[in-house]
Amino acid sequence: MTSHGRDLSRRRLLFGGAALGAGALLVGCTSNEEKPTEAQTKAAANESGGNSEPGKKVTIGFSAPAADHGWIAAITNNAKAQAGAYSDVEFKSVEAGADAAAQRAALSTLLSQKPDVIVLLPHDGKELNAFGLEAMKAGIPVVNLDRAFPDAKAYRLQIKGDNYGMGVAAATFIVEQLKAKGVSNPVIGEIAGIDSLELTQERSKGFADTLAQNGLKVANRRAAEFTADSGQQAATGLFQALPKIDAIWNHDDDQGIGVLAAVNQANRKEFFMVGGAGSKKAMEDIQADNTVLKATVTYSPSMASSAISLARLIGQGRGMSDLVELQVPKEIVLASETITKENASDYLKLGF
Amino acid sequence: MTTDSTKAAPDRAALPAQSPPVDPAQTEAAAGHAATAKAPNRGRIPFWSGEGGEGARRNLGLLATLVVLVVIGIATRPDLYGNASWVWGNTLTILKLASVVGVVTVGMTFVIIGGGIDLSVGAIVALAGVWCTTVATQSYGAGGMIFSALVVGLAVGVVNGLLISYGKLVPFIATLAMMVAARGLAAEISDKQTQVSDNQFINGIASTSLLGIPLLVYILAAVVIAGWVLLNRTTFGRRTVAVGGNAEAARLAGINVRLHTLLLYALSGLCCGIAAIMLTAQANSAQAAMANLYELDAIAAAIIGGTLLSGGRGTIVGSLLGVIIFSTITNLFAINGLSTEAQNMVKGGIIVAAVLIQQVQFGNLGTRFGRKRASTA
Repeated sequence: MTSHGRDLSRRRLLFGGAALGAGALLVGCTSNEEKPTEAQTKAAANESGGNSEPGKKVTIGFSAPAADHGWIAAITNNAKAQAGAYSDVEFKSVEAGADAAAQRAALSTLLSQKPDVIVLLPHDGKELNAFGLEAMKAGIPVVNLDRAFPDAKAYRLQIKGDNYGMGVAAATFIVEQLKAKGVSNPVIGEIAGIDSLELTQERSKGFADTLAQNGLKVANRRAAEFTADSGQQAATGLFQALPKIDAIWNHDDDQGIGVLAAVNQANRKEFFMVGGAGSKKAMEDIQADNTVLKATVTYSPSMASSAISLARLIGQGRGMSDLVELQVPKEIVLASETITKENASDYLKLGF
Repeated sequence: MTTDSTKAAPDRAALPAQSPPVDPAQTEAAAGHAATAKAPNRGRIPFWSGEGGEGARRNLGLLATLVVLVVIGIATRPDLYGNASWVWGNTLTILKLASVVGVVTVGMTFVIIGGGIDLSVGAIVALAGVWCTTVATQSYGAGGMIFSALVVGLAVGVVNGLLISYGKLVPFIATLAMMVAARGLAAEISDKQTQVSDNQFINGIASTSLLGIPLLVYILAAVVIAGWVLLNRTTFGRRTVAVGGNAEAARLAGINVRLHTLLLYALSGLCCGIAAIMLTAQANSAQAAMANLYELDAIAAAIIGGTLLSGGRGTIVGSLLGVIIFSTITNLFAINGLSTEAQNMVKGGIIVAAVLIQQVQFGNLGTRFGRKRASTA
């Protein structure tokens, strides 16, 4: 019994030691020293006069979904960094939780703190429209970021990307390239993002419409989930369905990492690919020109920085100094730009 | 235990005559016992189904479903199926697609047979994937990445097991909490970014083939074989069935139910660690949102594979077939260019249909076989 007991305790000691060692090693492994990107801000000091002059103190409330996606992360980081660049802005951020209901709850606490302006990227524009109306009624201007409120009374300023335009830009690039190559009857594939989102449908519509104007159509369309692993699976499916492909549009550069992995795994090189959103990695790949990725169409999270700048102006009752109007306009839609090897270096600083 | 099991044994002979799903808890408890008790007599039972003819028939049904799916594929895309090399490549693609979920499902099958459920598998895959692709871990090379993924998976599994067996939490609640917490931790570590793996060895796992067969398929095969041996040829496996069949009886029989439950969740976690490496290799990256809803895929595959959700019955081969059926459906929809929505509806329909058909067929077959067996005996 004693020898058995000693045996056991020795074994436990061994196991315990191993577990502790593994634990210590693992905890060390969580560090992510390499900060992936710098935030996209417009430094207030660099501008002379005009809007950058410090004005009335403004408190800006901010809320964006806590989604696990590079783009959303960049939105939050940009907003925070831009607010930090102004001496006259106080930034109050509330986590929006996992869905529209959680965001509504978070926003009501924000509302009770009476900020001067609220910058809001809703989980779903339609579901949070009522909150926009409520805040506006309470006299707090709302800057509606990206996912649009359907009701014009629900926001003071709407600043968003152009999803339909992304599809148009991607299709335009693909059509140009195919024409230049003289491909007849091209096979075009599409890897979309989360299919239930309106933005995905708009992107696909823009893509399909522009292709149709040129007498082309999408041969096969697979939907992924904006994650690299889902992108890899969707692309693998696409490759099985289409033994020969001429061009692919992948809606999102984050899931594009998986798509490019699938390209390598399937050893398919006969086509070229256009990405979407404009991540730093995608821009570097395009610049290096050693993958099938030849271009990406932007949907830049820099809009969050602009939204904070404009929210500050709204709070101070000032207009944009380059425009004639005394107040900030009501709607701003970012153009979707096409990044290719030629201009990638200019855009690299906007990559996320 | 001895009196108990001798009572249970005759029950079991009569079992197929009744319709088992009517009262699963009781019949399965009996079946679990009988299986343990009758272990020495196993010569008559087909080798690939630990619990006699039931599993074999079930698996034949699944194979038939697979054949139907392939026939639909041939009918809808004869141009592709006419090309032999495409068919071979496609089969490998289906298996590759099944590999990650397949490994997770093996662990899940053990947990479910043992009377539990693990809702946190997708989150564990994500956490292990993210942990092994941090800049710091990647600096240790492929060995460090594999080590950390396996240990993280195992550790989270052990925490699940401790909460359930010693903390007395309901498995559903404990693993639901872990699902949320592990994804949260993964998001915290990754700062919500997609972490790209620069390690060529890890990325190579997904693109390497040996003798024309992808490495991922070998890994799946190894895990499935190990799982099959563990379930059917070891005391651990027999104990798993006993614990899931009737935990109280298993405890009275001298099985350390708590420790065993802990080990089951640890095993599931370890499988998730292996899956995390495979998925990271496939996607060349990891992020907190990866392996989305894998828990549901794994549970669905185990269920249509004939694993009883209340525990005490299930086969590894059935679960594997379940996973392959789902990846064949995904492939079928891809090659026909159909939308994901339709695919999800069909998947849901197949889960219900598989369970319904199994019950109906099973009852009929049971009666028929029961009679035959009765007449020969």
